[in-house]
Amino acid sequence: MISKIRGYIPRDRNWQPDALTPPYKTSVQRSPQSALLSFPTTLSEETSPIFSQTILGELDNDLIHNYAASGESAIGPRIIVHGRVLDENGSGVSGALLEFWQANAGGRYRHKKESYLAPLDPNFGGCGRTITGADGSYEFRTIQPGPYPWPNGMNDWRPAHIHFSIFGHSFAQRLMTQMYFEGDPHIKLCPIVGILKSQEAVDALTAPLDMNRTVPMDSRAYKFDMVLRGRRQTYFENRKDGL
Amino acid sequence: MVQKRDVLRESPSQTAGPYVHIGCTPNFTGLAMYGGDLGATMKTGPVSGQEITIKGTVFDGMNTALRDAMVEIWQPDAAGFFPAANETRGKADPNFTGWGRSAGHMDTGEFSFETVKPGAVPYPDGRMQAPHITAWIVARGINIGLHTRIYFEDESVANATDPILMRLEHQSRIPTLLAKKEAQGLYRFDIHLQGPTETVFFDM
Repeated sequence: MISKIRGYIPRDRNWQPDALTPPYKTSVQRSPQSALLSFPTTLSEETSPIFSQTILGELDNDLIHNYAASGESAIGPRIIVHGRVLDENGSGVSGALLEFWQANAGGRYRHKKESYLAPLDPNFGGCGRTITGADGSYEFRTIQPGPYPWPNGMNDWRPAHIHFSIFGHSFAQRLMTQMYFEGDPHIKLCPIVGILKSQEAVDALTAPLDMNRTVPMDSRAYKFDMVLRGRRQTYFENRKDGL
Repeated sequence: MVQKRDVLRESPSQTAGPYVHIGCTPNFTGLAMYGGDLGATMKTGPVSGQEITIKGTVFDGMNTALRDAMVEIWQPDAAGFFPAANETRGKADPNFTGWGRSAGHMDTGEFSFETVKPGAVPYPDGRMQAPHITAWIVARGINIGLHTRIYFEDESVANATDPILMRLEHQSRIPTLLAKKEAQGLYRFDIHLQGPTETVFFDM
């Protein structure tokens, strides 16, 4: 049977976080107050640039070495992060551009505006990227980032996390999120995690330890799958003359 | 119990945070990586059509410029074709990527794109849309990336019949979606996250 692809499944705004979340103070002045304008995806949102594997350097997905001096490596617990990028229909998303960034093992970012007193690691830059394979799978190597304090409440700490930017097959799928680590006691205390609307949503961003993918005597592994919006597929088309 | 639906849920969004530039435009922050930042150049050679610059600033509800935002744009070439894998209507300009990413100026936050004026593309029902660029804004304090569109003030005839612009209940908000012409080939598109001139953001 021929299926017609008819745009993207609408984003579930009851599942995704709201724009205005006062416990995360910065959202107060940065959240739109008018209702979003809803409309079905068009070509402008159903297309995207093509990212070729040829743009990738050998160390792009190795944060332990991609900023380190020759023969040296970043300090911290060595981990592998792996998983798949899927869509809501369960299909692997191939060719997705993943960019990730994080603090070092002490919780310090390499950024001019960062002022936390933990030291920089001269061998750690904190960013990497990769492109998913045919089945949507990816992996990279890094050090486990540390938790760090941030100016929100008087004593707020971010759980250890890795930021992800995900670029799938369309601009409509564009997404940023953060990965947390199983068992981190800061997860339930964090106002940014707190914007999530359910425990199920928190769990969806919490990577479990994956002993099967560890490298013995070398690195532990965490598994983190990400899900992008899926396409509507139906044999039945709208009548052209009406809604 | 009814049958279980065989679907997954989209990953919940989290803010890009204050250091999005480390991940997406590392060279902008002083990290020499990858031989350059992705999306820094939209033209890889001579391009067809009118070359334009779009500048703008993202403002918060207190009219303060954001200096930690990242703006991405996506658009067709001057003939209305996307440089995309699933473009089936024709072949796009080979020297045009269609996609740009700007970290904004480190001190002022002003973003800037060197691009071409986009051609028109159809709406799903066949009507033509006015020329526009799709934009996506992320920053610290933005919990889920904001989609909007950059239309052009000097396309008033096409704008008047654009299916999306016509859909707006408050037509007085249309100017928030129009890039203002400041000089030949130079447009300004400021983005207001909230307030009386809040930009219209999309859920599509």
